[in-house]
Amino acid sequence: MSELTREQAQALIEEVLEVYPEKAKKDRAKHLMVNDKEITQSKKCITSNRKSVPGVMTQRGCAYAGSKGVVWGPIKDIIDISHGPVGCGAYSRGGRRNYFSGTSGVDSFCDINFTSDFQEKDIVFGGDKKLAKLIDELEGLFPLSKGISVQSECPVGLIGDDIEAVAKKKAAEIGKVIVPVRCEGFRGVSQSLGHHIANDAVRDWIISNRDGKPFESTPYDVAILGDYNIGGDAWASRILLEEMGLRVVAQWSGDGTLTEMENTPNVKLNLLHCYRSMNYISRHMEEKYGIPWLEYNFFGPTKIKESLREIASHFDEKIQEGAERVIAKYTPAMDAIIAKYKPRLQGKKVMLYVGGLRPRHTVGAYEDLGMEVIGAGYEFAHNDDYDRTMKEMKDATLIYDDVTGYEFEEFVRQLKPDLIGSGIKEKYAFHKMGVPFRQLHSWDYSGPYHGFDGFAIFARDMDMTVNNPCWGMLKAPWLKDEAEGEQKAA
Amino acid sequence: MAKLRQCAIYGKGGIGKSTTTQNLVAALAESGKKVMIVGCDPKADSTRLILHAKMQNTVMQLAAEAGSVEDLELEDVLQIGYKGIKCAESGGPEPGVGCAGRGVITAINFLEEEGAYSDDLDFVFYDVLGDVVCGGFAMPIREGKAQEIYIVCSGEMMAMYAANNIAKGIVKYANSGGVRLAGLICNSRKTDREDELIMALAAKIGTQMIHFVPRDNVVQHAEIRRMTVIEYDPNAKQADEYRALAKKIVDNKLFVIPKPCEMEELEELLMEFGIMEVEDEAIVGKTAAELAA
Repeated sequence: MSELTREQAQALIEEVLEVYPEKAKKDRAKHLMVNDKEITQSKKCITSNRKSVPGVMTQRGCAYAGSKGVVWGPIKDIIDISHGPVGCGAYSRGGRRNYFSGTSGVDSFCDINFTSDFQEKDIVFGGDKKLAKLIDELEGLFPLSKGISVQSECPVGLIGDDIEAVAKKKAAEIGKVIVPVRCEGFRGVSQSLGHHIANDAVRDWIISNRDGKPFESTPYDVAILGDYNIGGDAWASRILLEEMGLRVVAQWSGDGTLTEMENTPNVKLNLLHCYRSMNYISRHMEEKYGIPWLEYNFFGPTKIKESLREIASHFDEKIQEGAERVIAKYTPAMDAIIAKYKPRLQGKKVMLYVGGLRPRHTVGAYEDLGMEVIGAGYEFAHNDDYDRTMKEMKDATLIYDDVTGYEFEEFVRQLKPDLIGSGIKEKYAFHKMGVPFRQLHSWDYSGPYHGFDGFAIFARDMDMTVNNPCWGMLKAPWLKDEAEGEQKAA
Repeated sequence: MAKLRQCAIYGKGGIGKSTTTQNLVAALAESGKKVMIVGCDPKADSTRLILHAKMQNTVMQLAAEAGSVEDLELEDVLQIGYKGIKCAESGGPEPGVGCAGRGVITAINFLEEEGAYSDDLDFVFYDVLGDVVCGGFAMPIREGKAQEIYIVCSGEMMAMYAANNIAKGIVKYANSGGVRLAGLICNSRKTDREDELIMALAAKIGTQMIHFVPRDNVVQHAEIRRMTVIEYDPNAKQADEYRALAKKIVDNKLFVIPKPCEMEELEELLMEFGIMEVEDEAIVGKTAAELAA
């Protein structure tokens, strides 16, 4: 369909809002906007990080999901205890495709569910003793773990267990880091507060553990923050940084280790990919250790090149030459990919609804393929995310915050995008509507998508989804004539 | 600047914790100390004498109205009363619903995160619900919070039982954190030999009776006007009692891990002072008819 004018887009929002009761309409209207390139501050036109309207289908998670699932879960050599009843741990296990190298159960523990499995008696009498026992047992069964985090589920916050005291006591006993995290699911309006709580726990219990201890530093030390190594993303990013001459001291937290995190205060520059989930610790390291941080974007050659040059500009000529060398090395391969896929994807329209950074960070990658992002939104963003998003999006495109199932479907029905990028909960609804769909949380069993290597896979995946012949076969043959007839009549 | 001292006041329900705390805090403020009161009771009556208010807007009530505690600002929940005393109430649900303990945890976390514990403060007082019924009401005495606990009690049997029970709770937190029992405050009910009795109890637990606050109707007169005695009638004799208590707390150096009594010990003490009858094992389980026979 042709591009909307600003008035048409605004009319579409109003039409979609029409079905809501008055109060819900007023509330939801604040979360939907038409992008206006003249406005630089999103707070003038969109509200975010507010409680979802009851009764709508929201896709948000909880603070526990943000802490255990996103920030802590991928650190491979520490054990995360899901402290509380069994369900939270069971349903958050292995769903996020954050790859790690190592031997599961020996030196890596990402894919095992460790839980205190609260029973009635633990609620009534408190779970402190059980937690202490669990830590002893873990120490016996998995002696090579480097530490333990205690991820609080809802009941822990209600019965008021003093997990900090247990953590301190047991940490002294076993001689390892034990981090109590107060990420009870009922705190905050989405998983976003969980990221913040998780960052605060890292700040309070980990970041200064090696202060004053010897560290052999180089002038080229950096850390990757906010890359969770989905489908190997962090690995595809790391090689570019290393090829240009930098030394990657730590990966936070995909395929990361406790030691790397403890050593991070020694780096010269923190490189921040997912701003939403790790800006807090970046700011802390800036304040406490004077380490600058830089947001970068490793999706699609245009943005990767921009980012590599910007990263290099913080270092000397050696690194700047390194960046140019890396860019020159990969450019022919990138050109070949674009030459292959762009003709097949040119002009295709995309709508995105994802989490922390992708609704803005992938825009450039789609544009490299000749595609156009006509709508973007976040589950749990704050206004600083929308400030950044508005710059990436074209004028008169749709921006939607905490979009409801109904709103998203209606936007898709009307705008008829050629591709939707969102999560597992949206996937099958749109498949049934006959719209090509890619999972942009988990990369649909694929990836990596970061870096030059990732772009090759990204381009292939988008092509094989958009141009898959299956979309032409969704209608039963005996209904096809009828549908076509209707179309002609209309 | 001296280090901030955080104190928690516990004691049996109805013993006069809130009244004693507010008069004590008023006396401290009068002597130039900077003080904050944090009410940790869903009844939210810990600050009314300082603010001359019926009930202060509580953290939890405002959070419920705003949607979540993240939507609140410190100014919304922190009010300034008599002589610059900062007042906050955690608040919580009406009796029989929800989770009051979580309200205390949320409120204290909020105050900490928002910087209510400013550098200029000399004292913070937590006025806590009578019984430590769940972990939430122990929040004020966790590590990094209150380091001193004062128990308000009287010469009545149940008040002393409660004081001893609270001492048991303190032992748990004293071993894991740094909290210490700092003394018993006797809020007189005019029972016989009350001061001696509480001093004896204090000695048994390993602490002190830091002050004996006599009973005086002026407290009620002030309370009807929603004022502390210090403010209502600064020349009253009772005002001097609260000043004396304040001074003793400022100078207090006796912080102990309590040694709570066994039930038998406590009962012996009560019998010694004639508060409890000596038990006659022979009558246990006997009906009136059997005893008559």
